[in-house]
Amino acid sequence: MFYSLSDLKPGDRAIVRALPQDQLLATRLREMGLLSGTEVSYVRKAPLGDPLEIKVRGYSLSLRLKDAAAIQVEKIS
Amino acid sequence: MSEESSVQPRRYAVVGNPNCGKTTLFNALTGLRQKVGNYPGVTVEKKSGYFIGQHGEKIELLDLPGSYSLSAHAPDERVTRNVLLGLRSDTARPDRVLCVVDASHLERNLYFITQVLELGLPSIIALNMVDLAEAGGVFIDAKKLSEKLGVPVIPCQAQHRETLLPLKLALSRAEMERSNWALAFPSALMRAVDTLAALSAKNELLSLAIQSDENSKQRDPLIRVKSMLLLTAPDVEIELLAAELHMSSALGVAVAQRVMLDRELPTWREELIGVRYEQINKTCQTSQGRSTITNDETTHRLDEILTHPFWGWVGFLGIMSLMFVSIFVVAAYPMEWIEKGFDLLGDGIKGILPAGDLRDLLSDGVVAGIGGVITFLPQILVLFFFIGLLEDTGYMARAAFLMDRVMSKVGLHGKSFIPLLSSYACAIPGIMATRTIENAKDRLVTILVAPLMSCSARLPVYALMIAALFPAGAVSVWTKGAIMMGLYLFGTVAALAFAWLFKKTILRGETPIFLMELPPYRCPAIKHIFLQMFQRASMFLKRAGTVILGISILLWFLASFPKVKTESFSGEPDKAEQLDQSYAGHLGHFLEPVIAPLGFDWKMGIGLVAAQAAREVFISTLAIIYHVEGDEKEVKENSSFLRLTLLKEKRSNGLPVYTPLTCLSLLVFFVLSMQCISTLAVVRRETNSLRWPIFQFCYMTGAAYLASLLVYQGGMLLGFH
Repeated sequence: MFYSLSDLKPGDRAIVRALPQDQLLATRLREMGLLSGTEVSYVRKAPLGDPLEIKVRGYSLSLRLKDAAAIQVEKIS
Repeated sequence: MSEESSVQPRRYAVVGNPNCGKTTLFNALTGLRQKVGNYPGVTVEKKSGYFIGQHGEKIELLDLPGSYSLSAHAPDERVTRNVLLGLRSDTARPDRVLCVVDASHLERNLYFITQVLELGLPSIIALNMVDLAEAGGVFIDAKKLSEKLGVPVIPCQAQHRETLLPLKLALSRAEMERSNWALAFPSALMRAVDTLAALSAKNELLSLAIQSDENSKQRDPLIRVKSMLLLTAPDVEIELLAAELHMSSALGVAVAQRVMLDRELPTWREELIGVRYEQINKTCQTSQGRSTITNDETTHRLDEILTHPFWGWVGFLGIMSLMFVSIFVVAAYPMEWIEKGFDLLGDGIKGILPAGDLRDLLSDGVVAGIGGVITFLPQILVLFFFIGLLEDTGYMARAAFLMDRVMSKVGLHGKSFIPLLSSYACAIPGIMATRTIENAKDRLVTILVAPLMSCSARLPVYALMIAALFPAGAVSVWTKGAIMMGLYLFGTVAALAFAWLFKKTILRGETPIFLMELPPYRCPAIKHIFLQMFQRASMFLKRAGTVILGISILLWFLASFPKVKTESFSGEPDKAEQLDQSYAGHLGHFLEPVIAPLGFDWKMGIGLVAAQAAREVFISTLAIIYHVEGDEKEVKENSSFLRLTLLKEKRSNGLPVYTPLTCLSLLVFFVLSMQCISTLAVVRRETNSLRWPIFQFCYMTGAAYLASLLVYQGGMLLGFH
């Protein structure tokens, strides 16, 4: 079952399956370690609902909801 | 020490990810032997320093801005890349590289570091924060890692100087190996890079005709890296990059190769980065007990509170108020001492020198000018102390995380929040604090709107006008407070509105991608914070000081010449008459028709001219014009004399000058207008152009004029006066 990264809930873990179409955004995400097959976990949303915080390769990364919505992930149960 | 000159100095570039402790390590190695400047053309800090090596030789270090990738997406990352590639004419290519790696986040750190190793420069890796990594269960075998990467890997803790000796010894080595680290890219990709590299090498040979073995040993990896960067640049950046890399002649071939790659290996962009991470992953697995820190408990717990929907705001407001109160309250004492000191100095000069222009120039121009600059210093120091503290502990990223939603509404980045907030104290440190914003356009927009935030220099003007507007006892203190709040709010809304406008018009551009690391909370290194605080402060003095001094002297001249003939026997001309007859006075008269529709007369015009030096000068100038007798300081501290005089002031038609409507118009003018030469001087420095400070002055003054016009004429139409 594929989701958008932005649809996850705090504590969810997932595997990245597809990156955004936008070339620049996809490149920057990959360089920051977010590739197809990478495990990420959803930590929290900012108090105002945007941006959100995820954990990838042991560090915390924050990104905006609209960018996270373009990342397809597969939930790990 | 005499041997020092006989040994060739070694020049290391210090590189690493942001938050890897690179600057702390740089400070620990060089101590106070540092030089701080700017890279010409960009507002990126250039820090270099040196230490004396094992054999008495000088070892130079150049602290390059933190980067996540050699592809460089931000202006400071671009500086790092261009220095490493030897593309900046103002900075020679370093001979060696000191790579700083955060041991607790090895994988992501090595992404950039392996790119740097491929440049073929002799390199050393400083494995920093090993203590934190081990506390988190990550044990790295430095020896194994060194074998894999082909360069020395030396564990250290930048915060503890005593752990740095092995690193210093390694940096002093005369001979150093180049890394043999190489990536196994898919063959299609390798062929494309080879083709492009061969072409560029040929182009370069034709133009340079250098062919020594040593040169080619260094050049080959460099050309390969450049070819790789060009080949993989995003479509929107490729042309610009080709020019920057001096590879425009190879652009056509690069584009053709990309088309071919798209056909042969559609996933090449993903593979390119994927292969690197895979190989790094393997390297890490063989050399450490656990791949990464799985959970950093302290940081997680702190963030549960500090980014909590309710407690997060409590903490945020608490920290911001603490910062604010410190700026206003703590800094007020030294500011008062400094002011008193300069008054005494001015009086002293008046006492020693005979009356005359020289004496007045020294006491009213030079001393007052220097005093005006140095008075800012305590606020700047306190603010930079807090900014350093917030940056070092990791809270700065949380503040941006909390505020990003609000800032994104006007097209800005969460990181613009702190500079804008700082501008409530004074726009100068606020503008200097915009250096943490990576995106050049966002930084510029933030700089342009920062002076709209009501700074502390507006406070005395607000206070006087509110007092004139409502005589004592007419309204409650709370109403006055509410008006004051309203003025601050008005300025803030104006700042956000103009930011939005600029992002929609002149500084339009694709919305910058917001990808921000939230670094783990760390104990701040106070020494490091103090060092940074003093470096920034001395930069302010050097940069703004000279300009402000010059302008103060100019304004003194405008207000003091031409001299009026004195008729009194004391030899001291009447101050008010002097001002009236001076160039500044003429300017005031000249301005009257322009400012009359706002409800201002020529006397206010003189005040406005004088206030160009600094807003608070408006009050002392009014005091002189209206013959307010008594000690100048008394006027400043207790505005009631002046207020009463103002209320009695009549126009030629017998109506009072300072009607509530005029006061309101004047207040609106002060909220919006750009009356601060010091700020303009800093903007000129920070943007490296005259265009932006001129634009800033025009748009702010224009907006102030229009708004005041609207208030005054609108008010008249509605029957107020």
